[in-house]
Amino acid sequence: MLNSRRLILAHFWLAFAVFGVALVLGAWQMFIRSPLHTWISDPEWYYRSLTAHGTVMGYVFPTLIAMGFGYAISESSLKQPLIGRRWAWAGFGLILVGAVTAMVPVSLGRASVLYTFYPPLIGSAFYYIGVVLVVVGSWIWVALMSINLRIWKGNNPDTPVPLAMFANVAGAYLWAWTAVGAALELLFQILPVALGLKSTIDAGLARVFFSWTLHAIVYFWLMPTYIAYYTIVPRAIGGKLYSDTMGRIAFVLFLVVAMPIGIHHAFADPQVGAGFKFIHSAFTAMVALPTLLTVFTICASVEIAGRLRGGRGPLGWIAALPWNNPIMLATAFSFVLLGFGGAGGLINMSYQLDTTIHNTQWITGHFHLIFGGAIVIMYFAIAYDLWPHLTGRTFDSFRLMRLQLWLWFVGMIITTFPWHYVGILGMPRRMAYFDYTDPALASEAMSVTMSALGGFILLISGALFILILIRGQRSPAMEAEEYRFSMAVHPPASVPVALNSYGLWLALMIGLTVTNYGFPIAQLALRQGTSVPAVYIGAQ
Amino acid sequence: MSEHPTDHAATAIRAEKNWATIAVLIIAFLAGMAAFAGIHQATMPQARVETADPTTLHLSGEFVESNLGSALEPDGSVTVRAIGQQYSFTPQCILIPTDTTINIRATSADVIHGLLIQGTTVNTMLVPGYISVQSARFRKPGEYLMPCQEYCSFGHEGMWGKVKVIDKSEFMAMASKQERLSCVK
Repeated sequence: MLNSRRLILAHFWLAFAVFGVALVLGAWQMFIRSPLHTWISDPEWYYRSLTAHGTVMGYVFPTLIAMGFGYAISESSLKQPLIGRRWAWAGFGLILVGAVTAMVPVSLGRASVLYTFYPPLIGSAFYYIGVVLVVVGSWIWVALMSINLRIWKGNNPDTPVPLAMFANVAGAYLWAWTAVGAALELLFQILPVALGLKSTIDAGLARVFFSWTLHAIVYFWLMPTYIAYYTIVPRAIGGKLYSDTMGRIAFVLFLVVAMPIGIHHAFADPQVGAGFKFIHSAFTAMVALPTLLTVFTICASVEIAGRLRGGRGPLGWIAALPWNNPIMLATAFSFVLLGFGGAGGLINMSYQLDTTIHNTQWITGHFHLIFGGAIVIMYFAIAYDLWPHLTGRTFDSFRLMRLQLWLWFVGMIITTFPWHYVGILGMPRRMAYFDYTDPALASEAMSVTMSALGGFILLISGALFILILIRGQRSPAMEAEEYRFSMAVHPPASVPVALNSYGLWLALMIGLTVTNYGFPIAQLALRQGTSVPAVYIGAQ
Repeated sequence: MSEHPTDHAATAIRAEKNWATIAVLIIAFLAGMAAFAGIHQATMPQARVETADPTTLHLSGEFVESNLGSALEPDGSVTVRAIGQQYSFTPQCILIPTDTTINIRATSADVIHGLLIQGTTVNTMLVPGYISVQSARFRKPGEYLMPCQEYCSFGHEGMWGKVKVIDKSEFMAMASKQERLSCVK
């Protein structure tokens, strides 16, 4: 049951439209700082573009995907029309208004602070207000997801919550809580300064608040991808989900351990003591657990599909998989990129290894591999899977889809692998220009050139993706069958209360945030004399 | 059907539990490795938080200009004091002896910067208001680039310092004549 098709399509279209724009900016940035281009006469343009790219890709694009997909999950898994559709449109409107409000000062060069804000650099207040509006719009979605599930549970007291909806609401709660860190920073620290009410700011405290959001936001980006692994992939390739219970465990684990680990982003910071750095490092190791569980469950589910299709022997089932199916291809690519990205993540989580690559191009390479690679490739798969159900039209450009996915996969590897390498050489991130004639940097020129070429491949793939979606909107109408999610091999007749509700996990999420963040934040907030003068930024 | 369906379910759960155990062991091993490396002093985060007011750095305290650079301590170690500001380091070229414990103490005079010595594990944020402390040891003489690794506004791409590692005896000879050393020409 997909009643709110226009609403969901509006979210996806806005998401992919801003994604397309930000992709162009990203490719331009790769090119402009590579040896393929000479000195950019005004580096400020680079930072302007970088701010727009990061803000759109980090805040606007994935939030819209999570929301649109969330509404689709709510309606089709609960078989219940979306309650509060007007509110949902209001949330969408807030995101649109917020994105425009933020991007106008950025494009004028009035807010080139990058998406991480990092005060005491302070840009135009409208930039921050725009970001706040985007977050507020998404919180409407959080509330709607919670309300829809509550009403459904009231009507279906004895039925387990479908896994897709269970995971979707877990993602919504995770986002609601993780956004609080940046919201506190914006509302209590940055905006008073940006509006001229105050002139000093504690930069160290701001970084700790931001780290609260900065890590778990990645798991919010990841949620639609993991939901697709569990609830779309097995069905789409003609198999069954190996274990419904393990899916639930993975999602509640994300809820609990994604949050209290963000200080690993501040390993190199002077304002956080060694003890909490160690605690956050250890907790970061734990966040690998739900991913390792997922890898097992999804590989086992895919194996089931391969064997149902006649595959035999220890590896024969791999050849029997439907490789012509874009969802199969996307999943395989996503897993490969997730494997490499996860390995890099294990390096980042260790204080000792992190010192060699902290804030180098390695880090940029790492999160592009995880987000741009493993996560976004499944956003494509979600769109491909949902599109005919949303448009009510045929959608059979499979050859183009496969080409698009291949280009994205290859492009992402060509972009990010050399990027990691120059990071190990110590190339700092976020610079508009490098002097490759310097003998110490000359060895990086080749790798940076390769990265830039990878960026262009990604650009072609992105354009192809949007073309495929447009074709899908123009193809002949058809009657789409009901949108379904994967069935488990052993569908749950009943599940434990703990895996059918969130109370325990939300208590743990908030409790662990308080124990792992409460003391560092209180200590920084109470320490006198660490507020420093704001440095206002703006193109002349 | 010779097998009972519940046997399938039991087998599935057993495989899943085995894998979950392996996953937990992998993670315990990784966390154990990190703890081991930490306890054995591979590289440790600074032990305590220290503050410095960026608006008075130039007037008083350890970061006044005349005190910046490399200083030989009574215990034989060398303390390097440096400041990052838009868009340079002071001193712009840091002089370091080989085979000596180096304690770097640095802060920022304005916005957030970073101090990274390429090819080494020296890598720290410079946050205005706070003092970053990191220790290092260089075995061989040589020159290193020291870029700022965090965006610090429109001139960030030009913020590169240098580190020159010289032979310990040469450094000691210089240190006997001058209290604060650097390789700024």
